[in-house]
Order: sequence, then structure tokens, then C-alpha cells
Amino acid sequence: AMAAKRGTDEMRDRVVLGEFGVRNVHTTDFPGNYPGYDDAWDQQRFEEAFRVDIIREEEGALEFDMVGIDAAIANAFRRILLAEVPTMAVEKVFVYNNTSIVQDEILAHRLGLIPIRADPRLFEYRNQGDEEGTEIDTLQFQLKIKCSRNPQAAKESSDPNELYFNHKVYSKHMTWVPLGNQTDLFPDADFRPVHDDILIALLRPGQEIDVLMHCVKGIGKDHAKFSPVATASYRLLPDITLLQPVEDEAAEKLQKCFSPGVIEIQNIKGKKVARVANARFDTFSREVFRHESLKNLVRLARVRNHYIFSVESTGILPPDVLVSEAIKILMGKCQRFLNELDSVPME
Amino acid sequence: VQADGTDGNCVTFVLHDEDHTLGNSLRYMVMKNPEVEFCGYCITHPSESKINFRIQTRGNLPAVEPLRKGLTDLMAVCQHVLNTFERSMKEFRAQK
Repeated sequence: AMAAKRGTDEMRDRVVLGEFGVRNVHTTDFPGNYPGYDDAWDQQRFEEAFRVDIIREEEGALEFDMVGIDAAIANAFRRILLAEVPTMAVEKVFVYNNTSIVQDEILAHRLGLIPIRADPRLFEYRNQGDEEGTEIDTLQFQLKIKCSRNPQAAKESSDPNELYFNHKVYSKHMTWVPLGNQTDLFPDADFRPVHDDILIALLRPGQEIDVLMHCVKGIGKDHAKFSPVATASYRLLPDITLLQPVEDEAAEKLQKCFSPGVIEIQNIKGKKVARVANARFDTFSREVFRHESLKNLVRLARVRNHYIFSVESTGILPPDVLVSEAIKILMGKCQRFLNELDSVPME
Repeated sequence: VQADGTDGNCVTFVLHDEDHTLGNSLRYMVMKNPEVEFCGYCITHPSESKINFRIQTRGNLPAVEPLRKGLTDLMAVCQHVLNTFERSMKEFRAQK
């Protein structure tokens, strides 16, 4: 009976990686599936078991753990981070003069992909069909640059950095042009691209670029340039169990099968014994299954409700703000349908 | 939102402008309700962004009720996740 309970527990909260496939992938803990378990939704039980651990925060990147939540909701957060958190990006490019080698549309495409340091929460979405753009939904930038020859360059020099002025067009050459009352609305604001050193185009003497850009608020679903994350991903916490004690040579071999730091060898009474030190570092290359002598000694699994999130921001908003915004967006979606349910009478 | 069904217990809701993001998470919350006999969703066509969300209840509960409860529960989950996350960020930054 104990073995049977262990088996169902494993089915409920581990995803097992077998040699040729993955088992127990889907969530099965719904009410009625397991006799003896009370699986109905209980907010209190959820709140007791749920926790968030922040592991590491560097500039622009955040790694944190979410424990006690289901795949459906964790995935919803990931999808929203990628595609539904709004940002500002260049949408319309008015080309007044472009005599460079880069075609108009290629230049416009490149300008659209540049991340703009502007808090999207300060702006509104542009109304559909509105061509002009008002000060509450548009940011205007200008890029005006002309390449000329350097008269002081040495006669035999062939280095373009010496020969020409302004031959490389960087994102730092984009300047903000306030619209309407934006200077009053944003007195301390410094709207510019996140990175100054993004190379937009190359010029030679006589070529010039003179464009005016309109930035609007959009979401990643519409165009990937609006996505606020470099990437947002999660993985499940690995869980490695040794089914039998592994010693001596087999222990050394086992250690090499996993990522460094996962298995450590201890010296117990003169014998080398393997122990799982920290399963978190493993990337699950499944090297163990390639060795006949080792493959039945380990069970590779993942903990079903422990998600290790990694969010890298493009620099527009810090990653923790992005996660908070994503959660608020999911709440907004629920609220939208609750309002509809309450307002429309169902027949 | 449109509803369709013979009696109030089995209803297919059509949710516009939604996809797996809300569909799967809402399905999970509704399935956790012991009064629900069946819950599923599907995307009618990948080019259109709308989902068919079907709920069948056992007994005489109108199908709107698990939907409403699921949405409210999902909102409560999100609120708790948000609070826990922000508290953890604050603690992490405080002890850095």
C-alpha cells in the first residue's frame, strides 16, 4: 500500500524522464481523479504552499523561482511577458531625404527594432485609423545626419574613421522632438534609445539621412519589436534520485554523466560514494541512459510545480516591473470577462 | 462572449480576442471545481483569435457559475502571486 501511494505521489508531482520518452506530463490533480485526495481548489492551501524565491538579479536579467503553481498559469505569465506587455517602438518613419546605400524600407525596419527608453505606462494606445498622432500617444524622434570628407586626413590613409566625419550612423544620433505639450508633461524626461551604440547605417561623403520617426505603444503580438523582453523562459526544477548506492568507478562515471556540481563524491570509510549534491544545475543531457551499467541506477525527473523563471529585459523596463505588469495584465483579462458576464444577461 | 447550449448545464462560451494564455489557465481553474464534470477549450482556427470554452456541470448548477468562479479564483491567484513576488523582491533587495 505504501508503494502504491508512493507511485501515485510520483505521478502527481513529478514529470519523469525515461530513456525514450517523458512520462506523467499532464497535470492530473483534479477533483475526482484520485480517491482519497482532496483536489478541489482551495485558495488557503494554495497560499500556504506558494512561494517566490528571487535567486539572482543583474542589470536587465532576473532569475526567480515560483513554487506551488501549475503549468497553465506559469505558462500564461511567460506568454504575456513575451507578447502582451506593451512598449513604445518606432512605427512610422517619414523619410525626407535618404541618399544612403540602405533602402528606405530596410532603414525603417531597423529603426523599428531599436528599443526606446520610454515608460509605456505614461502613454496611451493610438486610436485605430488615427494618422496624425497626438501628444498622449506618440513620441517623435529625428535622425538627421550627413557624412562629409575630413580635409585634415593624411594623404595615404585608408581608415574610414580618419577619412570621413559621421560615416557611422548610431542610435545616439536620434534626438527627441517634443510634440505639443510634452515638454510640460515630461519635464525631466530623457527619451532616447536604450543603447547608444546600435549601428543603424553606414554612409560615405555626400550621403545623408533625414527622417522623422513616430513611436507608438504596441504589444509583441502585433510585431515582435514591441516585445519588452530579450527573452523570458522557465524550466522545471530537476529532481535526480539514486535508486541504489553507487560506488567507486561507477560513481566517477556517474559524476561525468551530469553537469558539473550535480553529483559529488564523498569518501565514506575509504570507499567513494556518489551523492546528489545539487540537482538544480543539471541540464538533463540524459548521458546516463547511454551507459548500460548506469541507466537503471538513477531516476531523472522534474518537480511539476517548481518553475525557475529567467527574464531578461531589453532595457526599457526593469525585469521585476515587467513581471508585475504581466501579472496585472492577466488580472485585467479576467476582469474584462467578469464585467461582461455581469453586464450581459445570459439567456 | 457568446453562449450556446440546450440547457443551462452544458454551455459552450465563445471568448473573443483570447488564446491559450487565458484559455489554459482558466481551464485549469474551472477543472479544479468539483461540480464541473467536463471542461475544455479549443482554438477554432489559428487565424482567428477566439476560443470555444465548454463547461458541463454535474447536477443542476448553471454553467455560468463555474466560469464566474474560475475567473474570480484566477484573479485571486494572480493577486496573491503579485503580492508574494513584490514582497520577495523587496526582501531580496533589502538584504543585498
